[in-house]
Amino acid sequence: MMSAVSQDTAVNTGQIARTFIYLLLLLFALFYLLPLYVMVVNSLKPLSEVTGGNMMALPETWTLEAWKSAWSTAQIGVSPTGLEPYFLNSILMVVPAVAISTVIGALNGYVLTKWRFRFDTIVFGLMLFSCFIPFQIVLIPMAMVLGKLGLAGTVPGLVLVHVVYGIGFTTLYYRNYYATFPTELVRAAQIDGAGFFRIFWRILLPISGPITVVSVIWQFTNIWNDFLFGVSFGGTSQPMTAALNNLVQSSTGVKEYNVHFAGAIIAALPTLFVYIVAGRYFVRGLMAGSVKG
Amino acid sequence: MASSAEADLRTRIQDWLPKIVLAPSFAVTLLFVYGFILFTVFLSFTGSKMLPNYTLIGWENYRKLWALENWHIAIVNIGIFASLYIVICTVLGLMLAIFLDQKIRGEGVLRPIYLYPMALSFIVTGTAWKWFLDPGIGLEHVMQLWGWESFSFTWIKDNNMAIYTIVIAAVWQTSGFVMAMFLAGLRGIDNEILKAAQIDGASSFQLYRRIVIPMLRPAFLSSFVILSHLAIKSYDLVIALTGGGPGRATEMPATFMYSYTFTRNQMGIGAASAVIMLMTIAAIMVPYLYAELKEKQ
Repeated sequence: MMSAVSQDTAVNTGQIARTFIYLLLLLFALFYLLPLYVMVVNSLKPLSEVTGGNMMALPETWTLEAWKSAWSTAQIGVSPTGLEPYFLNSILMVVPAVAISTVIGALNGYVLTKWRFRFDTIVFGLMLFSCFIPFQIVLIPMAMVLGKLGLAGTVPGLVLVHVVYGIGFTTLYYRNYYATFPTELVRAAQIDGAGFFRIFWRILLPISGPITVVSVIWQFTNIWNDFLFGVSFGGTSQPMTAALNNLVQSSTGVKEYNVHFAGAIIAALPTLFVYIVAGRYFVRGLMAGSVKG
Repeated sequence: MASSAEADLRTRIQDWLPKIVLAPSFAVTLLFVYGFILFTVFLSFTGSKMLPNYTLIGWENYRKLWALENWHIAIVNIGIFASLYIVICTVLGLMLAIFLDQKIRGEGVLRPIYLYPMALSFIVTGTAWKWFLDPGIGLEHVMQLWGWESFSFTWIKDNNMAIYTIVIAAVWQTSGFVMAMFLAGLRGIDNEILKAAQIDGASSFQLYRRIVIPMLRPAFLSSFVILSHLAIKSYDLVIALTGGGPGRATEMPATFMYSYTFTRNQMGIGAASAVIMLMTIAAIMVPYLYAELKEKQ
């Protein structure tokens, strides 16, 4: 019987071992879910219930007050604006940054695989290494350059920064993806008289759907979740992560835990949403960013 | 005559087009990555304070840096944090992957649960764990309410233990990702090999120790590289979880660099610390990327 079960796994495990494995797996599911549960549940309680009650308990009085406050009236830094304007900053930053870096990455990947030239691996290697530098090394000159360009503390400045440090990854994705596409087809089209952009448009682009989803999700998640650039160069146009940190760390007044939790969930919602609807592609992006090829 | 010259020009443009398309990205990378790195290296040898100052002072900043108590704390902390973080994530990720690979019912539900923290920002993770570990409202309070009066868990307020709370939160965030990498590795192993070994009488434990785990070498390497690079860059999580405190107990190179450069007006020292961070990451990444690219050619 046992060996019949293991058609695919090839490894036999006894009944006791299996029970133990299930228990352990469930325990870890609990570990990963617990912080999310605590955040959601406590964001729906009035403050008195959070400070006086049990963090694990469901709310006695369900209320959306904390969510409303986090969104529109909570004190962020010096002004009681709530997170709404910062949420908009993040969107205004993410959309163009993702679009631009993805288009550039696609073109770069196309050149690096189908129009190879001398030293192209070195060019790619230099771009690839830029994905892994600690950004602390560029903070000071970047601040100076943004100041010179008049982009310090603006959303376009943040878009520029994210495009510059994002094209390494997008190029990596498209390069590895196009590398598996037969170059003979490109050469054949060339002989038929098709030019550089025509080949890209007619032959490569139609098959680029899956990798574009991966690249867009990766860039969206990274840029939305970025804190270091946001806090360093955001100025008055700070993104959501910096605003959330301001909200949570504010040392004045009563600590409104329920508002902090609601704010944290609002900050997490867009990426969580993407993860839930397109988790498969999210995982593929993570893997492609680490195990190349 | 004219048309053939025109055609000639067009072919030449076509020849150059790929390079013209790639050139801006390459130029931007050279300037914004490598130019900036050189500039920061240069700053680390100058007497820059609040603003950049271009008088060279030799190794002075590095001497000062290594004499600073705060930097020593940061180095010790990154050592503790990085080693625990990498080891725990790897062990946990491998264990969960092996267990999930046993034809588990509900794998499709469990996998996304293990992995979703990776989609959150470190600021959100930090906020969640900050309150979860807070003795006043978090775990300690709950345990006491549930009748375990003597339960005490005050690591986040404790100078000696706070660094471990960062490990907990970071492991929570990324161990699912490591699990996914190992799981992909496991699924790539040819079952015939395993069956053959089993026919030869190997037990499950031996099978994993002798055959499966050695075959996962590439996954070990990738996860080591990714985790170490995440560990050295860790800035957001420390800021959100402990703010570098209590006191300076959870100072890390990333937070050190930021505070010396932008709030303490010691730009030269900040630049020097950034250079050391870069060198550490480069020592890990360069051989890895080199090997990967060479293999491809």
